[in-house]
Amino acid sequence: MKKITLATALLTATLAMPSLAADYVVDTKGAHASINFKVKHLGYSWLTGRFNKFSGNFSYDENNVAASKISINIDTASVDSNHSERDKHLRNDDFLDVNKFANAKFESTKVEDLGGNKLKISGTLTLQGINKNIVIDAVKIGEGKDPWGGYRAGFSGTTKISMKDFGYKMDFGDISFDLHIEGVRQ
Amino acid sequence: MNVKDTNTQYGIVTKLFHWLSALIIIGLFGVGFWMVDLTYYSQWYKTAPHWHKSIGILLFFATVLRGLWKYFSPSPAPLASSSILVQRSVKAIHNTLYLLLLVIMFSGYLISTADGRAIEVFNWFSIGSMGELITDQEDIAGLIHEYLAYLLIGLASIHALAALKHHFIDKDQTLKRML
Repeated sequence: MKKITLATALLTATLAMPSLAADYVVDTKGAHASINFKVKHLGYSWLTGRFNKFSGNFSYDENNVAASKISINIDTASVDSNHSERDKHLRNDDFLDVNKFANAKFESTKVEDLGGNKLKISGTLTLQGINKNIVIDAVKIGEGKDPWGGYRAGFSGTTKISMKDFGYKMDFGDISFDLHIEGVRQ
Repeated sequence: MNVKDTNTQYGIVTKLFHWLSALIIIGLFGVGFWMVDLTYYSQWYKTAPHWHKSIGILLFFATVLRGLWKYFSPSPAPLASSSILVQRSVKAIHNTLYLLLLVIMFSGYLISTADGRAIEVFNWFSIGSMGELITDQEDIAGLIHEYLAYLLIGLASIHALAALKHHFIDKDQTLKRML
């Protein structure tokens, strides 16, 4: 009797496995993820920068993409545009105001499978304490075992926000984001 | 008018150092206070910091020369009418002013050179970076630069008020020795 229960339990567990989306932690430890942005300089060229410190996790199952979720937390003070005087300015209250808003956050609300590894990720971006719905156009780059006994999945995505939506004193137009995320399955 | 300081009067070199430094420091403070709030599209957005930094570095060299001059040309003796306690605290305030000035100049240097960039002094020459010495260097140095500048201006105001008090109330030689 006991044996049957155990076997049933195992069988149920095995059958249940594929429908359970796997949980991944974004590999910021090994720096296999980056949050890059660009904004127009005087309208003549692109100025690029990135956030060096962030963390996050996501769940993903290629057979049930709609059940996917992602959450990313960004340390706003880690902004880096390769110029310390400018970064200092970006951190002050003209821009990120990091003393007041130390974190920015993205929390997905809906993930749609567009086919061909393409995903549409809708979610809430919290920046300067303001919540705004944004859409990230993402694509899965690949997933599989890594050489060190782990399992990884990676995505890239792009999105855009408008500076005026977040109450900045200056408006340089849109800020475009170029996102690269690799997760290690837990 | 004598070149070197005497026992009762400051000489011309010391006076020039003193009054030009005063003028430049007040000017740098004013420009610094104003320029940090300039908008990106202001025509001064790049020029004002460039001049602020250039003049600040030149002031540093002038201050080093001023220190050497002070060593070779000892200041007049304190007025006999002031007590030992007053003489000592005046000395302490003067030394604090010099120290604040040097720390402010050095912290300013650390803001602009935190990423390895040099500071261009009026496009005449540049002062190299010492690299990033501490993490978040530009932010920490920025706070030190800002608050010590307020302290310096506050202390310098007390210094000026004290000189006026000596001149108009005590009616002694304190201010006249520097004019």
